[in-house]
Amino acid sequence: MTLLTSFFLQLPFMPEQASSFAQEVDLFYLALWGLTVFFTIGVALAAGIFMIKYRRKRAGEIPEQVEGAMLLEITWTVLPFIMALGIFAWGAKLYYQMYTEPKDALEIFVTGKQWMWRAQHPDGQREINELHVPLGRRVKLTMTSEDVLHAYFIPAFRTKADVVPGRYTTTWFVPTKVGTYHLFCAEYCGTQHSGMIGKVIVQEPSDYQAWLGGGTKEPPAAAGQKLFASLACNTCHYEKSGGRGPTLVGVYGTDVKLDNGTTVKVDDAYIRESILNPMAKVVATYQPVMPTFQGQVSEEQIANLIAYIRSIGKQDGDGGTAAPAAAAQPAAKPAAPAAKPATPPQSGAKQN
Amino acid sequence: MATEVMQSAEPRTNYLNAGHTVKSWLLTLDHKRIGLLYLFSISAFFFIGGIYATLIRLELVTPQGDLMTAETYNKVFTMHGVIMIFFFLIPSIPAVLGNFLLPLMLGAKDVAFPRLNLLSWYVFIVGGGMFMLTMINGGIDTGWTFYPPYSSIYSNTQVTLAGVSIFITGFSSILTGLNFMVTIHTMRAPGMTWFRLPLFVWAHYATSLIQILGTPVVAITVLALGFERTLQIGIFDPKLGGDPVLFQHMFWFYSHPAVYIMIIPSMGVVSELIANMTRKRVFGYHFVAFSSLAIAVFGFLVWGHHMFTSSQSMYAGLVFSLITYAVAIPSAIKTFNWTATIYKGSVSFDTPMIYALAFLGLFTIGGMTGLFLAAMGLDVHLHDTYFVVAHFHYVMVGGAIIGYLGGLHFWWPKITGKMYPEIWGRISAAIVFLGFNLTFFPQFVVGYLGMPRRYHSYVPEFQVLHILSSAGASILALGFLMPVFYFAWSIKYGKPAGANPWGAVGLEWQTPSPPPTENFTYQPVITTEAYEFEHVEEIKNAGKAEALQTA
Amino acid sequence: MAEHATHVPGLAHHFVSMEQQKEAGTLGMWIFLLTELMFFGGLFLAYTIYRTTYPEGFLYGSHLLNVPLGGTNTVVLIVSSLTMAMAVYYSQLGEKKKLIFFLLVTLALCFVFLIIKYFEYMSKIHDHLFPAFGTYHPSTTGPHGIPLELQQPVRVFLWIYFLMTGLHALHMIVGAGILITLIYMAQKGRFTKQYNSPVEISGLYWHFVDIVWIFLFPLLYLTGFHVSGAGH
Repeated sequence: MTLLTSFFLQLPFMPEQASSFAQEVDLFYLALWGLTVFFTIGVALAAGIFMIKYRRKRAGEIPEQVEGAMLLEITWTVLPFIMALGIFAWGAKLYYQMYTEPKDALEIFVTGKQWMWRAQHPDGQREINELHVPLGRRVKLTMTSEDVLHAYFIPAFRTKADVVPGRYTTTWFVPTKVGTYHLFCAEYCGTQHSGMIGKVIVQEPSDYQAWLGGGTKEPPAAAGQKLFASLACNTCHYEKSGGRGPTLVGVYGTDVKLDNGTTVKVDDAYIRESILNPMAKVVATYQPVMPTFQGQVSEEQIANLIAYIRSIGKQDGDGGTAAPAAAAQPAAKPAAPAAKPATPPQSGAKQN
Repeated sequence: MATEVMQSAEPRTNYLNAGHTVKSWLLTLDHKRIGLLYLFSISAFFFIGGIYATLIRLELVTPQGDLMTAETYNKVFTMHGVIMIFFFLIPSIPAVLGNFLLPLMLGAKDVAFPRLNLLSWYVFIVGGGMFMLTMINGGIDTGWTFYPPYSSIYSNTQVTLAGVSIFITGFSSILTGLNFMVTIHTMRAPGMTWFRLPLFVWAHYATSLIQILGTPVVAITVLALGFERTLQIGIFDPKLGGDPVLFQHMFWFYSHPAVYIMIIPSMGVVSELIANMTRKRVFGYHFVAFSSLAIAVFGFLVWGHHMFTSSQSMYAGLVFSLITYAVAIPSAIKTFNWTATIYKGSVSFDTPMIYALAFLGLFTIGGMTGLFLAAMGLDVHLHDTYFVVAHFHYVMVGGAIIGYLGGLHFWWPKITGKMYPEIWGRISAAIVFLGFNLTFFPQFVVGYLGMPRRYHSYVPEFQVLHILSSAGASILALGFLMPVFYFAWSIKYGKPAGANPWGAVGLEWQTPSPPPTENFTYQPVITTEAYEFEHVEEIKNAGKAEALQTA
Repeated sequence: MAEHATHVPGLAHHFVSMEQQKEAGTLGMWIFLLTELMFFGGLFLAYTIYRTTYPEGFLYGSHLLNVPLGGTNTVVLIVSSLTMAMAVYYSQLGEKKKLIFFLLVTLALCFVFLIIKYFEYMSKIHDHLFPAFGTYHPSTTGPHGIPLELQQPVRVFLWIYFLMTGLHALHMIVGAGILITLIYMAQKGRFTKQYNSPVEISGLYWHFVDIVWIFLFPLLYLTGFHVSGAGH
């Protein structure tokens, strides 16, 4: 089967296969074309043969009437139904893999803006309209938009996700082939939509590290720590409990109890919501006194604050990634290329 | 032959010569004349939309985007989409053929509410006129889907005016649907039971259901968008606490069923064409009838399949994907039943049958490629690429427009009383078929390669496929232009058609062509099932004439 | 049959019989109301989603609404539904005077509703609570004040309130037009025991508009009571 897909790769029918998803998506695609050709040829051939064989021979001809046949009807209702269920299951399985976020992924924060893509790596390295990623490592993109809808589309990886203002969306992949690939904005975003394109550059891990080494940068967690002080967050959120707000040390990745009796998992989406809309989910026993920071912090600053809170969060690695400080170290361990993570989907992508 | 001579000998009043003044047309309450008013208006919109399509294909011949600016190109594809969907495809078959034929097929004098029917045309013209005004004032550049916050805050074009024009046009569609539904319920001639109805009527019943239930939702959605823009309310603006994805839910709640407004009537036409051109009762009549309703009902539950990558939850996505496959089943049932109808028929090769056959093939491809897009894991890659563009053109052009053209050829003799030139009909059908496939098949490939929709310029490696597509478009344009000329020619020079030139069943063929103002000179009473060809006098007479000749 | 039909007053030429015409008219109105339901349905969907997103905004916002006035309007509409039903009843009996009387009462109640609604709207605009045109500047203190961090969620509630009740008020105004037409027609003696379907069909419309309000009132005005009642 691999042979079959790689044969078709020689023809310009498919983009390069450069991620762990690509091969199965292509196989699925070809299988569906097989079915399409089968049914189209089948219907066209049957109709064509009937037309010629039973062409009208005289003007006054009235053919013998054939009433419907129940057995036939049931057959061509049930068989396509089973077939459709099969396609559904395959598509759903693939989607589940794409949707389920991996553990210990390299997290890159992406912001879409008319008409450019900005990316920030865990150690603070930034780039515009390009995305450098290391070969064989799980890479998770956390994305948001500063203005309109965009979509981050890498055809060679077979991944795409809308980038929505006001919320985080995520996508992930494992690059499997060194090279330079297209990056497109796939959701129409205005005049220069077709100019909002760029390059995804897959590098050997060592080259990636070398690339990270260039330029000046500040790790997001460090930037977030400064921001935490300059926005005076620390006047209420102490390092120990006792402030007007709950302490933020050790909370990331845990469940906290809210004043309405429910609990919520402290993740990126919850922190973001608490900064912008503090009254939405207030932690139990605290007064709803926090002012909103809507309009005072940019998306990148929010991301930095989250990175900081995460870096002081629960330390056993449950939060999804290694702390950014650790990620800044040369990542020595190349992750397994075929990622089969089993964590439940994170709530960030499905917040309404 | 004998009947034709008799007819041309005595001048007869019919709906066409019942009045010659402009007023007699503009104030007509006759469903047949209103159908023709619609025919002229939507044809005009079709050719305006076609000009925009031509501009799109010309621009995409080269990758650089050098024919027009990005701003112009964005307006061009938006107006192509809006015109073709809201001002051509949605009204096409229901408002033209449905208006003309429904009362005839039911054995009624008119639709239930003739004034409402005329009003719907005026509403359509007002909405269409406002959209023309939008175009003159600089057009819009949001894409026909109007996604906020681009459409609500960032676009500097005439979004509000366009929204209002679509809001108004929506009421024309609602009025048509309401009228048809009441007509089918209450205006059937004695003996015309539900299961004696032609499948064309069943299809229109299902379509009306969607028009009634879906259109108000899109109306309130574009209205909200208009308020959002003019009043800065913040309905969909995340900066003011709104949710941009809510718009997508509300928009697709209508706009997905809306594609069934376009395709189900076409399925109804194809049922009529295949039955009458093969002189066979449609195989599995009940299955075909109910599958129309099934598509209409399930169609309301699948809108989320447009949003697999839009941050919708996976569990919602799973449900939408599953129900989408449920819609595929009735479509498959129809296709198989039509094919089976041809079996052991008496198949004519006239133009309507050629269109019906083209429909079968193209709709199968269009429907099957829909399964690609409903498969969630694959849609992640395919969403918003040219694969989607190709898929919906296969359904909308290869399905809806091919069906519409087939129906127009089939009922042209009834509408005008004249035959179109058969040879030209066949030639143009063949050209449309070839041109269509050349235009849109390469788009499946370029889409899978990663070409996103709505791109003014693109990366050079996609150029070969775009050139193929543009070449096909020029052939397709020729195929679409030809009928205009030979249809116009036939009105003056065509052979008189006689009441039933095809030897077809159905009440519409039992009254003269063109029909008198109140359709029938007698009260029809129905005693036979649908598609019983044994009782058609014309076929028997043709048989007798042949027997005399051979004797 | 068709020849007889032309003699019946009020029967359109394309219908075979009075029954057919009445059936078509009634069914047409029911289908129209179905369309209307979907029309409001889009807004109810927006309501549901935003109420889930901003429960505190809806809680606070509903306290800003004037429950006594809204409650009065609810009673006014329920009574108007009754008078409309009486009008339909007397139209079927062919009693012209009583028909006109009840139509007039219904119309009067319609105006009472609209006038109360007008004062409610004006007080919101006066308090800078109208969430559009950039006129939304609520104070942070006082009975109509909103704490700063709740101003945006309450704003969402308020535009939903204005959009839904505004659309409803628009339907009331259309209803007033219909009532005036009916009164005019009744005055001219157009309705008889045999021909009264316009009154009956308009009655369906009127009841529909009432029912929409019956949903709007608790969803918008009483939400706060419900939530605070459950919470404390």
